[in-house]
Amino acid sequence: MKKLVQMFLVISVVSALLLYAISRLNTSQGFTSSYTLTIYNWGDYIDSDLIDRFEEETGIKVIYETFDSNEAMMTKIEQGGTTYDIAIPSEYMIDKMREEDLLVPLDHSKLPNLKNIDERFINLPFDPENKFSVPYFWGTVGIVYNSKMLGGKEITAWADLWDNDLKNEILLTDGAREVMGMGLNSLNYSLNDTNEEHLQEAKAKLDTLTPNIKAIVGDESRMLLEAQEAAIGLVWSGVASEIMAENEDLEYVVPEEGSNLWFDNMVIPKTTKNVDAAHQFINFMLDPEVAAQNAEYVSYSTPNKEALKYMPEEVVKDERFYPSPELTEKLEVYENLGKKNLARYNELFLEFKMHRK
Amino acid sequence: MQNKMSRNIYFIPYVLWIALFVIAPILLILYYSFFDIEGNLSLINYQKFFTPVYLKMTLSSFWYAFLITGISLLVAYPTAYLLTKTKHKQLWLLLIIVPSWINLLLKAYAFIGIFGTYGVANGFLEAIGIGKQQILFTDFSFIFVSVYIFIPFMILPIFNALDEMNPTLLDAANDLGASRWMTFRRVIFPLTIDGVKTGCQVVFIPALSLFMLTRLIAGNRVITLGTAIEQHFLVTQDWGMGSTIAVFLIIIMFLIMFVTGNRKQGV
Repeated sequence: MKKLVQMFLVISVVSALLLYAISRLNTSQGFTSSYTLTIYNWGDYIDSDLIDRFEEETGIKVIYETFDSNEAMMTKIEQGGTTYDIAIPSEYMIDKMREEDLLVPLDHSKLPNLKNIDERFINLPFDPENKFSVPYFWGTVGIVYNSKMLGGKEITAWADLWDNDLKNEILLTDGAREVMGMGLNSLNYSLNDTNEEHLQEAKAKLDTLTPNIKAIVGDESRMLLEAQEAAIGLVWSGVASEIMAENEDLEYVVPEEGSNLWFDNMVIPKTTKNVDAAHQFINFMLDPEVAAQNAEYVSYSTPNKEALKYMPEEVVKDERFYPSPELTEKLEVYENLGKKNLARYNELFLEFKMHRK
Repeated sequence: MQNKMSRNIYFIPYVLWIALFVIAPILLILYYSFFDIEGNLSLINYQKFFTPVYLKMTLSSFWYAFLITGISLLVAYPTAYLLTKTKHKQLWLLLIIVPSWINLLLKAYAFIGIFGTYGVANGFLEAIGIGKQQILFTDFSFIFVSVYIFIPFMILPIFNALDEMNPTLLDAANDLGASRWMTFRRVIFPLTIDGVKTGCQVVFIPALSLFMLTRLIAGNRVITLGTAIEQHFLVTQDWGMGSTIAVFLIIIMFLIMFVTGNRKQGV
């Protein structure tokens, strides 16, 4: 018994010391609640040098956390218990978060740099007058393929993926909207289609693709495509441009049947503890030079018109990653389909995943 | 009186723990499972569970968990037996346990490299003249990696059971003319059956709801109940359906505990 008490005391003392050390470390680095900004972003979606620069310029300490799907992000914000000051969801999710009253309206007088954003990306249907969000990056969903591994074959359409020669060559991304969207688009339906028959048809069409699919993965697809584990990948444009910089044989195409056009945007969620700092951060990210540096690091397309001037011309003129308005008009933006339809998409996606060759 | 009171006081942490972290969550899961996606009270989730999609998923989860447990047992039993015969058994045992200290994700990523088209495994197959095979994203790789991850949990209880066995019993069996096989079948195995049962429980139950490996190693070609729960909670936000699957998993686990449970109290 005496030994037990002794041990208990030792553990208590050690814990107390550790706790003290942590709080000392935090205060010495400036991590006190009034001067921190918690950012909730996609993985590898900001140049970390910029965070350092922001900390230096403003004296605000940044805590950076990541998520890997819009839905996971919203679940976490909805649940509370978090103190995110900035989040970067995609357009259909902003619509949903607005509906559920999870966003703080932006004070445009604190965001003078908003003028740098291209008008094309301002006042979009998911957030009229940009009351709640500011564009961060935009891009498309398409096919990246290794022409050398395919013996010089070219891919221009979703339909090309159903080629019998492509056994085990395709990596899909683990997202219901992306994959179901591909099925719907390949049948020339809208990727926001909610007609049950069309959805069934798309799922059946996807099932016939199974022999060509190597795996359905998440962010690992980057690494796998770069390592030539597979020749074809369904990816977001930024992933493509990033791995294309590493491997010259890779090509990116937005399929001719149509595809998804998306916008990721900075918002201030209701969980914020520091609205001022959040505005400061958004304005900082809208600075042309900062946006240009960030775009070069992340390699998605920046909506910041002024930033383009600071970027290499061959990047900005590349129609694959900066498609002209005429091209993007043919693409579709995801709509907020509501929980029930989203569940249907996911159910069919799950069934598709279970379909074996 | 004094005694009874102090016993009751000692009881408090246990009761609190069980109530807050075992009973309350299970009740919550049960509660959520009765709501459909729009928050209406209904039994639709249970109806849905008995559609071919989820039944097939349950069966395939069972099949994979069964394979993983079976193979683990086949490898673990002889290994544990061998370990008890070595000189520095604690050291050898430690070496087997060490990999379980490393983060699961790290190990999974390592296997992506090893099993990849240009990985070590394919290099070896090519060198011995078989040629490149697709290893990653197959049933084989999924089961192999799962077995690798679970095997320490199978070896430990079996090792302990074997180690505690009284060696004079083996001598007795020998003296009475039992063959080696008979000694194993009639003496060693029955004496270590508790260890085997514990090992099987510890492997089978988590194997039923594996989810990270199904994506990283099996490329979502293997879909288990765990994958479906993850998807329902994080992506679809259909907590009702996710909870319903969890309810069935809990029921299944209780059944397994009951079937493999020890007749004596304690493990």
